[in-house]
Amino acid sequence: MERAAPRRRNSLFKNISAKIAAIPMAFTALVVFLGGTIWTVVYSFTNSKLLPRLNFVGFDQYTRLWSTPRWLVSVENLAIYGVLSLIFSLVIGFILAVAMDQKIRFENTFRTIFLYPFALSFIVTGLVWQWLLNPDLGVQHIVRSLGYTSFTFDPLYNADIVIYGVLIAGLWQGTGLIMVLMLAGLRGIDEEIWRAARVDGIPTWKTYVFIIIPMMRPVFVTTLVLIGSGIIKVYDLIVAQTGGGPGGASEVPAKYVYDLMFYSQNLGQGFAASTMMLVSVIVIVVPWAYFEFSGRKAR
Amino acid sequence: MNIRSLAAALAASVTLSVGAAQATDLEVTHWWTSGGEAAAVAELAKAFDATGNHWVDGAIAGGGDVARPIMISRITGGDPMGATQFNTGRQADELVEAGLMQDVTEVAKAEGWDKIINPPSLYKSCVKDGKWYCVPINIHSWQWMWMNNAVFEKIGKPVPKNWDEFVADVPELQKAGIIPLAVGGQAWQSNGLFGVLQVALGGVDLWKKVNVDKDAKFAAGPEMLKIFKAAAQAREWSKDTKVQDWNQATNMVITGKAAAQIMGDWAQGEFAVAGKVAGKDYTCLPGLGVNEIISTGGDSFYFPKQKDPEKTKAQMVLAKTLLDKKTQVAFNLKKGSLPVRGDVDLASANDCMKKGLEILKKGNVLPDGNQTLSPDTTGQLQDVIDKFWHDFSITPEEAQKQYAAIIAKAD
Repeated sequence: MERAAPRRRNSLFKNISAKIAAIPMAFTALVVFLGGTIWTVVYSFTNSKLLPRLNFVGFDQYTRLWSTPRWLVSVENLAIYGVLSLIFSLVIGFILAVAMDQKIRFENTFRTIFLYPFALSFIVTGLVWQWLLNPDLGVQHIVRSLGYTSFTFDPLYNADIVIYGVLIAGLWQGTGLIMVLMLAGLRGIDEEIWRAARVDGIPTWKTYVFIIIPMMRPVFVTTLVLIGSGIIKVYDLIVAQTGGGPGGASEVPAKYVYDLMFYSQNLGQGFAASTMMLVSVIVIVVPWAYFEFSGRKAR
Repeated sequence: MNIRSLAAALAASVTLSVGAAQATDLEVTHWWTSGGEAAAVAELAKAFDATGNHWVDGAIAGGGDVARPIMISRITGGDPMGATQFNTGRQADELVEAGLMQDVTEVAKAEGWDKIINPPSLYKSCVKDGKWYCVPINIHSWQWMWMNNAVFEKIGKPVPKNWDEFVADVPELQKAGIIPLAVGGQAWQSNGLFGVLQVALGGVDLWKKVNVDKDAKFAAGPEMLKIFKAAAQAREWSKDTKVQDWNQATNMVITGKAAAQIMGDWAQGEFAVAGKVAGKDYTCLPGLGVNEIISTGGDSFYFPKQKDPEKTKAQMVLAKTLLDKKTQVAFNLKKGSLPVRGDVDLASANDCMKKGLEILKKGNVLPDGNQTLSPDTTGQLQDVIDKFWHDFSITPEEAQKQYAAIIAKAD
């Protein structure tokens, strides 16, 4: 006992300067992130309107949320946008990176071109694609003026496909970054592996699929996290490109939260919606993290 | 010598700045940023500066939807401005209930606001438990249809005098390749149009039963269905508009691409900027020419509570200035809105404004939707109408059912 006490103390004061330096961040994480989250969840059970009030109403806000057509459309849109943007970002990003890795000429130029959209904000991206997809100004107009007068392409004014119009803009903006990350991953693969694969007579595509991609796992995890967080918080793209229209067909959960909190002055409902967003993230992240970290320990 | 004169100069400047401090700075936030609006605000600032105080302009660009959250968070966050705009209605109710707004009853009593403000429904949303918390300063109304005269000349018809005549002309307009009705893509525009149809085609009683009494059974009834059917027709006529902003849609009417637009009186500013003359180049029909009634929404100024008693004093001066006869005339002429007091003379008003004044005088007025429904309910109704307007697979019956369900739960 007598020995243990000073030792514990030692470990507490070990690296003391680093620990002191971490205090502000730890404080931020606990108070701002965790505290703010708990506060939001608690107030989602109240009927707060413009100002937060502790007047509990049970699950009323959630009942209303899940019976609101606009919220259901938002969730459906997020699912479509999320799945497709995940798949296409990864596939297009990887294929571009592989193409770029063939020691092509002007690689720098191409890389810059593909990465350039990422330097633009979602607001600019949204506006640019709003114009490009406007039937009287953009793609449809150009094709029609080439002589194909029956050509129709106006996704932003068709409620059934508007979310794909948004997806195009999202991919245009985001895949460049994924490509660059993948390219860095590819460059990190040892040349010896390629040589060994060639000696064994393994075709190039098989080498990519069965050897290189598994080796690039950390890169894929990074890109997944980046794409995933981008999907959940998509808001500005919608606001700039469609404003949620036509007829609310391109609404997303983040926009619902903002509109309910600030336009409709119904904080309780907005908090309930944001809590549901948090829950959906937890449902995806917790099993994955559990799997990821427990697996590592066993190793 | 030099030092002495310097000291004297310093002393003088100190007394000067003390003198200046008596003229209190008051920051006023609002979302009036377009050309005509800014000119109107300048009139208010001029009138306030003339009282020896100083108007610090706090314009917030982006419209009310962007500005309101900023204003509210400043007031609740402990950084209140001297005065702020809200729409006349219930937008600031909770701020008043939370005791964050200055009570201006003193000025209201001294000036006899309850006698001069016309129509009286305007100040009802300013008075809580017998105390005044805001000043209405103008009247804006939704119930107008704007038409391009040249378009009707082109199809060889007289300009319609009411909705039914317009409906009769629609096939001819479509044959001529003209969009009969321009409606921008933003949700509030189709929602506003639907409100106009309620008043104009359904009449005041229908509107009141739905929006004031919140009678859900009536909202689900056959009279309301007629309105939904009319809206279903109108959405067909507007489907080729394909613009987002209201002023872009107005511009389609101005340029003759579209024949008509149902929009509030602020559309008039666009016609004026384009150099068009009311009655000659364009025609306005209040209440769609059927029920000549206008709603009396508009803007009010609120005065967030201040710690500094000097500022509170300046707030009272501002409140008084805003309702001054001269200020009212100067401001509203530039703004294109109607004054809140009936005893002022607007000799230079144009054709459409005169029509509006006439209706006000007759007392054919309604409260604005903002005054009778909470922002939350308004938002929900807007979602239903917006979806109905753009998704042609939704029948009038279905939309009506959803609408009535929200009215049943309205607060």
